[in-house]
Amino acid sequence: MAPILELCGITKHFPGVLANDHIDLQLNKGEILAILGENGAGKTTLMNILYGLYSADEGIIKIKGKVINCQSPTDAINAGIGMVHQHFMLIPVFTVTENVMLGNEYIRTAGILDRQKAAKRIQEISDLYKLNIDPQALIEDLPVGLQQRVEIIKLLFRNADILIMDEPTAVLTPQEVKELFKIMKSLVERGKSIIFITHKLKEVMECADRIMVIRAGRVVGEATPKTSNPAKLAAMMVGRPVDLNVEKEPAKPKEPVLKVEDLTVIDRFNKVVVDQVSFEVRAGEIFGIAGVQGNGQTELVRCLTGLMKSESGKIYILGKEVTHQDPRTITELGTAHIPEDRQKDGLILQNPVRYNLIMNTYFKEPFSKGIVLQPEAINKNAERLVKDFDIRTPGIDAAVSVLSGGNQQKVIVAREFSRPIKLLIAAQPTRGLDVGSIEYIHERLIEKRDQGCGVLLVSTELDEVMQLADRIAVMYRGKLIATVDADAVTKEDIGLLMAGIKTEIKAKKRRPKKIREIVT
Amino acid sequence: MANKIQVVTNRFRRIDPHQQRQRLYGIFFLLIAIFIWIAFSRSTAPDLQTIFVTTPGGAQIATPDITFNTFFVLNVLVVLCAALGVYQVLKGFGKYSNYVLSLVGILLVVSFLAWGAAGGSINVGGLLRVMILRSVPITLGAMAGILCERVGIINIAIEGMMVTGALVGAIFGSLYGLWMGMLIATIAGGLISTIHAILSIKYKIDQIISGTIVNIFTIGLTSYIVTKILQNRDWQHLNQCGFFNPINLPILSKIPYIGPIFFSHNIYVYVMYLLIIILTFVLFYTKWGLRLRACGEHPKAADTLGINVFKTRYTGVILGGLLAGFAGSFFSLGSVGYFEQLMTAGRGFISLAAMIFGRWTPIGALGSGLLFGFAESLANNLSLLRFPIPAEFLIMLPYILTMVILAGVVGRSRGPAAAGTPYEKESL
Amino acid sequence: MAKKETTVKRNILSIFIEELSKSSLVFILLAIFTGLIIGGILAAGTTERVWQAFGRSFTEGIRESLKLIWLTYSSLFKGSFGDPAKMISALLSGDKTRIFSDWKNFLESLVVTTPYLFSGIAVALGFQAGIFNIGAEGQLYMGSIMAAWAGFTFKGLPPIVHVPLALGTGILAGGLWGFIPGFIKAKTGASEVINTIMMNYIAFALVQYLIANPFQDPVQGFKTPLIEQSAHLYRFFEDPLRLHIGFVIAIIIAILAWFFLYKTTWGYEFRAVGFNPHASKYSGINSPIITILALTISGAIAGLAGASEMLGVNFRQTQALSTGYGFDAIAIALLAKNHPLGIIITSMLFGFMRHGSRVMQLKTQIPIDIISILQSFIILFIAAPAIIRTIYRLKEPGKKEFKVEITSRVSGEKL
Repeated sequence: MAPILELCGITKHFPGVLANDHIDLQLNKGEILAILGENGAGKTTLMNILYGLYSADEGIIKIKGKVINCQSPTDAINAGIGMVHQHFMLIPVFTVTENVMLGNEYIRTAGILDRQKAAKRIQEISDLYKLNIDPQALIEDLPVGLQQRVEIIKLLFRNADILIMDEPTAVLTPQEVKELFKIMKSLVERGKSIIFITHKLKEVMECADRIMVIRAGRVVGEATPKTSNPAKLAAMMVGRPVDLNVEKEPAKPKEPVLKVEDLTVIDRFNKVVVDQVSFEVRAGEIFGIAGVQGNGQTELVRCLTGLMKSESGKIYILGKEVTHQDPRTITELGTAHIPEDRQKDGLILQNPVRYNLIMNTYFKEPFSKGIVLQPEAINKNAERLVKDFDIRTPGIDAAVSVLSGGNQQKVIVAREFSRPIKLLIAAQPTRGLDVGSIEYIHERLIEKRDQGCGVLLVSTELDEVMQLADRIAVMYRGKLIATVDADAVTKEDIGLLMAGIKTEIKAKKRRPKKIREIVT
Repeated sequence: MANKIQVVTNRFRRIDPHQQRQRLYGIFFLLIAIFIWIAFSRSTAPDLQTIFVTTPGGAQIATPDITFNTFFVLNVLVVLCAALGVYQVLKGFGKYSNYVLSLVGILLVVSFLAWGAAGGSINVGGLLRVMILRSVPITLGAMAGILCERVGIINIAIEGMMVTGALVGAIFGSLYGLWMGMLIATIAGGLISTIHAILSIKYKIDQIISGTIVNIFTIGLTSYIVTKILQNRDWQHLNQCGFFNPINLPILSKIPYIGPIFFSHNIYVYVMYLLIIILTFVLFYTKWGLRLRACGEHPKAADTLGINVFKTRYTGVILGGLLAGFAGSFFSLGSVGYFEQLMTAGRGFISLAAMIFGRWTPIGALGSGLLFGFAESLANNLSLLRFPIPAEFLIMLPYILTMVILAGVVGRSRGPAAAGTPYEKESL
Repeated sequence: MAKKETTVKRNILSIFIEELSKSSLVFILLAIFTGLIIGGILAAGTTERVWQAFGRSFTEGIRESLKLIWLTYSSLFKGSFGDPAKMISALLSGDKTRIFSDWKNFLESLVVTTPYLFSGIAVALGFQAGIFNIGAEGQLYMGSIMAAWAGFTFKGLPPIVHVPLALGTGILAGGLWGFIPGFIKAKTGASEVINTIMMNYIAFALVQYLIANPFQDPVQGFKTPLIEQSAHLYRFFEDPLRLHIGFVIAIIIAILAWFFLYKTTWGYEFRAVGFNPHASKYSGINSPIITILALTISGAIAGLAGASEMLGVNFRQTQALSTGYGFDAIAIALLAKNHPLGIIITSMLFGFMRHGSRVMQLKTQIPIDIISILQSFIILFIAAPAIIRTIYRLKEPGKKEFKVEITSRVSGEKL
């Protein structure tokens, strides 16, 4: 049978980069095709072309054998293609109904919206696929997992036959991922076809019928779950054999460098985002906080680093109370921070590399005498750090905005590590990075730990936490609901905790070796 | 190996901030009560009477005046405010607190008027009538701002569009009559806003800067024309457009007390009423309104659903410009009958504050417009009454009011999420 | 949808044009040039003589327009500078009277430039910290009237005391006028755009009140008394040359501003907050304090502009009229990309044009307001080089585009 969708020779240039290089792809009806590749490989670009958001420089798209011209999302929608984007395309202040029908509204005469009719149809779809969505709800009131289902309803509302899902599991707990796969299977049973973009190997093995691997804009291989395994796929994705193990000595923790007591933080909508959290991080260990995005980790880290005020509770760094101190005091005590949003909190993009490398220390000798900046000292420092940390940059005067994500992160790491530090707080340190950079960051974290630092690692990538951390805590709805030794738990246990389900965890036998998932 | 399963609560805990704010409101009400007592009540002789004249000048029917004993009424107001304050502190009006705040504000103003006119009279009817009139440019300007900002474009050039509308209205009104003047002025506003639209949408210039550019340009252009043409003796006839006469609506203007205040105005006021209804309806009940608002909240989402964000934004800005030009023509065609430099006096900027205060809705724009209109009307009235406050300080009143409102409201209100950010197509 | 690469014939001319299109100085010159053309068309299009000439015949109309445009711009130039030939020969001759008369326009242009230079620096300092100070005009007037007050109130002081006292009063007044919206922004987050504009109107009304009441000249009414002679700023030459030391102070302020912004830690903090307030917070900079400081200093320098005008030129305060200083200052700052040394040049551009336009108005009856139109076109073209490129069909530069770098935090914040 002819494939329902065919892409032939799709090529797309961006200034300075060849995002897609003559890509061929076939999708059969009723199939789940996974497109696998690391960050920056070109998968999202390809799908944006299919959905009409970009226009390809070369190549054609065929639906059911007929060539179609996708110049805009309207064309794609009319051709029966729908896309669930990685970052949701939902308007928080609108209702589910309004979001779903936007652009294809049900109207009475003269353009007047018919909200009831649309709501009824949405309810039908929701019931059919057991999506459990209330059409009158406001998007901003819905948890992330449900918001994603609204995105799916958007597609079904428009009778999409081909569904594209871009990194759908990034924001879901392991349980929600399982439910998503169930929904996908039921969609496929009703004759829909799904393209599923991801960089997570385990998921691909679980749900895909076929797998296509893209690297640097080119198709480098195809496989099925039966004929392949994570190691082979990882090698295809990255282009070299990948060491799936992380070497780690057992931790030798000493005295606490960070102590948090009953910390409570309230956001501007009067939500208690950090709810009486207590824990401590000791020198020489990595303390990991796992949890799905949006459970208060962001606010916790911002509070610890002085960027946000707490409502009550105490924070001690190296024995000193720093509860309402400003970031500079905390930094001067010997704290380093790799921020979650590196472009917002960690770098001044318009400033040159050499200034970003002294972002926290510009006011001290030798970088300034009194209030006058000392360019020589600044330059020397920059040159040294660029060399030591292998930062790829056109020069120390280049604006840091021209650097790649990985190199920007290196600038931050170089800057933070060039100070004497006792506590390292790393929030989502490998988000959006390529495999090489991820390995680099992981090595640096373990290195610091072994040098006697206390490392607080906050990450939504469960595998990263499980691999690196010596002790793990889980945050859910603002509460720290469990703290365990990393060796004593399985991924399933943590997964349950991340969904708010506490179970009694019986001590397990120490497992000999851990297989690391490539967390790209 | 699970034993007991307990689900940790599914929601974040929330706290109720209202209690603290309730108490502050209550204390504020009490302070107002004390203020009225000390400042007004105590300094009023018990035998004085105030007359609130309810018939605005030139009204068709005379309604009886409200005469009362000043001292008595002031004390009643003190007690009323105090009572509200006490209730607020102890129990709180909950979500109606803001309405009660407005009520207390009104009581304060009433007491001020009663006190100021003690032993004499004050034409409250006229005061309110002028309030409606003065609110027109601000309300219309705010609605223009709503159209632009709801679609995602910040527009600080409303002032420039108003000036253009006033001048163009005056010139074409002198040449071809009032209606033509109004029409051309409206179109002129649309043309000017097209410049702003092109700069901020196509060239993605920072919207504040492009608004500033438009303002510089229009102010320069209009003063050039005024100096070159209108101040030239030979061309005087271009600045004698006259103004629209008030129309008394058939039944409505005969309603006692309310009729002369709301329904005996010129066409601009009635158009304002209509536009409020139409704009509210279109924005919140039609598909165009939905799409327009989507472009201002999350243009990428709209784009992925096939909506042309650029076209929608152009439409919104140009419609806003038409409205701003229309609003500008009010100054000449709807008011004094000629054009004069600086006649807009910053109302275009005040409109923006009114828009924010009114939470980007047309009804809210009307409310804020009435507030500013009342401030202007009061200032005007007071200077006539030879109040001890110098006229220049009364002129400052709307501007100070704007700053106070912005300071108090901004933190707590949310405008269209994507306003101010140029939309980039190829950047997912 | 395949795009075909057309091979461009590489001859010398096209390479030259390509290089030219990448240079930013060229953009500025092209922008000014285009603005001048548009201004010329506008001038011609609104002059009776030209209409009448067109009425006679098309060529006559064109000829008359060109005559008018030449007259306009030559008188503009002569009004700003003077006649170059005469100026040089006067210098060579050494005759004082000749030098004074032939250099008069040039020196007077410098006088007109002085407040532009001050306010341009004021606005640019704000921009560097991410602040839109549209209230330069109000701050200027507050500085002006308070300097006048200090000028006529204190009698019997020696100039060495009186002048700094009066200037200082003006600086404080302007600084206060900038502090208020700055404080409001820091405490409540309310945008300074509208607030600074409101402060302008309040300043106009306040000055109006002051000159009509407490500060009123008992004899003449609706203006302040003349300031004491001891408060006058030192003038370099005799009447009618008015060049005063305010100009030198302005240059010094510009140099200080440059040093401050690019060579000190404080200036680094200013610019960091302007670029990225979040990362600045992490690096320990107190963003609200910087906001307040930026608006206060900006206001102070604008107040100094007013004080300098008062003590150097006006000597008494009459009604405060909105002359557009505030908006002009924004244009001046943008044109120079907020660089203080560049502002010396751009403020001279505006000042010379402004002064020259007065002569031009006398000669051609073209209102000086045409300058505003010209100026807005120039900023337009500077802010959107793409427009210039479209007009002149220049190629897009390969490297990063020359863009007016206004880090507007207002784009991210809502009004």
